[in-house]
Amino acid sequence: MKLTKKQLMEMYRWLVLIRETEVKMVEYHQHSPICELPHSSIGQEAISVGCVYPLRKDDLILPSLRTRGAFLIKGISSRIMMAGAFGKDTGAAHGKCTSHHMSDRTCGVIVGTGVVAGHVPIAVGTSLATKLMGKDSVSVVFFGDGACNRGDVHESMNMAAVFNLPVIFVIENNGYAITVPASYHSKVKDLAVRAEGYGIPGEIVDGNDLIAVYNVMQTAIERARKGEGPTVVECKTYRFRRHSEREPHDLRPEEEVKYQMEHNDPVKRYSAYLLDNGFAKREQLEEMNASVKEEVMDAIKYAEDSPFPDPRIYALTNVYAEVKA
Amino acid sequence: MKIITLREAINQALMREMEEDDKVILLGEDIGLHGGAMQVTVNLFNKFGADRVIDTPLSEYALIGAGIGSAFMGIKPVVEIMFTDFITLIADQLINNAAKACYTTEGEQTCPLVVRTMYGAGSRSGPHHSQSLEGLFMGIPGIKMVAPSNPADAYGLLRSAIRDPNPVIYFEHKRLYGIRGPLSDNEDLIPLEKAKVIREGSDLTLITYGAMVQKSIDAAKELENYGISVEIIDLRTIKPFDKETIITSLKKTGRVILVQEACKQGGASPEIAAMISEEGIEYLDAPIGFVSAPDTPVPFSPTLEDYFIPKIEDIIETAKYLTVSKY
Repeated sequence: MKLTKKQLMEMYRWLVLIRETEVKMVEYHQHSPICELPHSSIGQEAISVGCVYPLRKDDLILPSLRTRGAFLIKGISSRIMMAGAFGKDTGAAHGKCTSHHMSDRTCGVIVGTGVVAGHVPIAVGTSLATKLMGKDSVSVVFFGDGACNRGDVHESMNMAAVFNLPVIFVIENNGYAITVPASYHSKVKDLAVRAEGYGIPGEIVDGNDLIAVYNVMQTAIERARKGEGPTVVECKTYRFRRHSEREPHDLRPEEEVKYQMEHNDPVKRYSAYLLDNGFAKREQLEEMNASVKEEVMDAIKYAEDSPFPDPRIYALTNVYAEVKA
Repeated sequence: MKIITLREAINQALMREMEEDDKVILLGEDIGLHGGAMQVTVNLFNKFGADRVIDTPLSEYALIGAGIGSAFMGIKPVVEIMFTDFITLIADQLINNAAKACYTTEGEQTCPLVVRTMYGAGSRSGPHHSQSLEGLFMGIPGIKMVAPSNPADAYGLLRSAIRDPNPVIYFEHKRLYGIRGPLSDNEDLIPLEKAKVIREGSDLTLITYGAMVQKSIDAAKELENYGISVEIIDLRTIKPFDKETIITSLKKTGRVILVQEACKQGGASPEIAAMISEEGIEYLDAPIGFVSAPDTPVPFSPTLEDYFIPKIEDIIETAKYLTVSKY
């Protein structure tokens, strides 16, 4: 499917919105009492956009902690996302959950877990459910190269393959499990080759090339919708910051990080793509950048102005769901 | 009214719920044509087909994930974990996904999941197929735990568990599958979180569940010979347990023994004792008594395993000790 100019520009807006959101979260973490420890996805934004933009509202996503953009594109507002990161009453579930594991069933975001890869088996369940219900919704689950070595991922890929489930396993391979390089934790260079062992397709894509990710996902989504089963999509990417903003040091070679930031920035690359192909003029992009900055500042103001949740009201509620007579 | 085994009661409860609600599905290893390792799901595959009685690969992470994820979507899965000893494999999914979803979504995301699992010692199956691990989940808010002691309870509690919007672990004691008992034609549901006083008495209360209920009944009959009048509470739901019934009974008897097959430390009994210490100590005329297994793994050899499992005599001796002023 050919993307229209309008769609290309919408995707640009998502891309820079994620970037701006992440940059501001990092900044505010450094100098204000933002509660949540940022695990920034700066450098990896094209994966969220390329994977989630082609989805429908009734499709389901199970993001990793580094899939910030997926939440926004699927329909969670910047304000709620930011208020969540600030631990405010107006954030997800009155501050009961961090923003990077939050959910919203109305737009198909499934609640997450802080256990790396612990959400992958859940995608087997959501896709089993939609299949049993006769719906053609697709589940997309995101996780990193580190998570690939958890047993959950192996069992989930195998079971999804055996049951021919409408699920897409998106590997955000940024080359490091916190500090440990992929070469130390996996003998294979490409993690998508594991798909062959489950009898399903495994695609490898430049995860910082937004259009390439979008195209690979289109094919995977179509397969899943038609009942042809799961696909593994490995997005090669790079994170520009440390694992989290609390890491005391970054063990990655400085020149490697510098090179990636200069030559493999998904925002720069996509801007160049739009400009070089005449899909956009520089002023249009700048105008969009300005509107995004405004949106993020509005979200921050909203978060700052919001009260903290009152423990007398919320601390003890909803441990159990009420049994209806 | 009919007389059926506990195994049949569970089978019939599953069948009844599956007939009534097509969202109820079964997931597990060898539960299809084979009918399950303990033959609880026999005939259900033929009746409901492979879409609703789903044999999975030997993959507990993915199996429970399939259960939790589909429960998130409004399916009502009943997952069979062959032996309770394997519940360690699904602990992360239960604790970090199933038990937390309702709270972390402020009630938006419920998880109507049932995990059925066979527990308990006495089958000469060794340390990894005989444990009572309900204690592992006593400290996990969001989880419910149920353990029936007879066929009618097994039937009514399972039906309620399937209808409950929360994750429920349903413990089936392996020595109870063959016991027989009446099931009324009304097919009664039995509410969760409510204990039942199954025997009235005035001197002492035994609080127990699962396979220890029958031993408590036998002990109570024997204690009559010593002039000790024993009340018995069958907890039915281990978590959240029914405080009110417990305290009401203590007010009457003033003495209590907590009887469980699990090891002494870390089970349901210590938590109930903690509650009694906090909320009912003024009603007690004697220290809280405990009858439990020793704090060891479950041994294999018959002489060792028989030593491990709490006995009727243990209950009798403890009861006599606590009521020594009486006789």
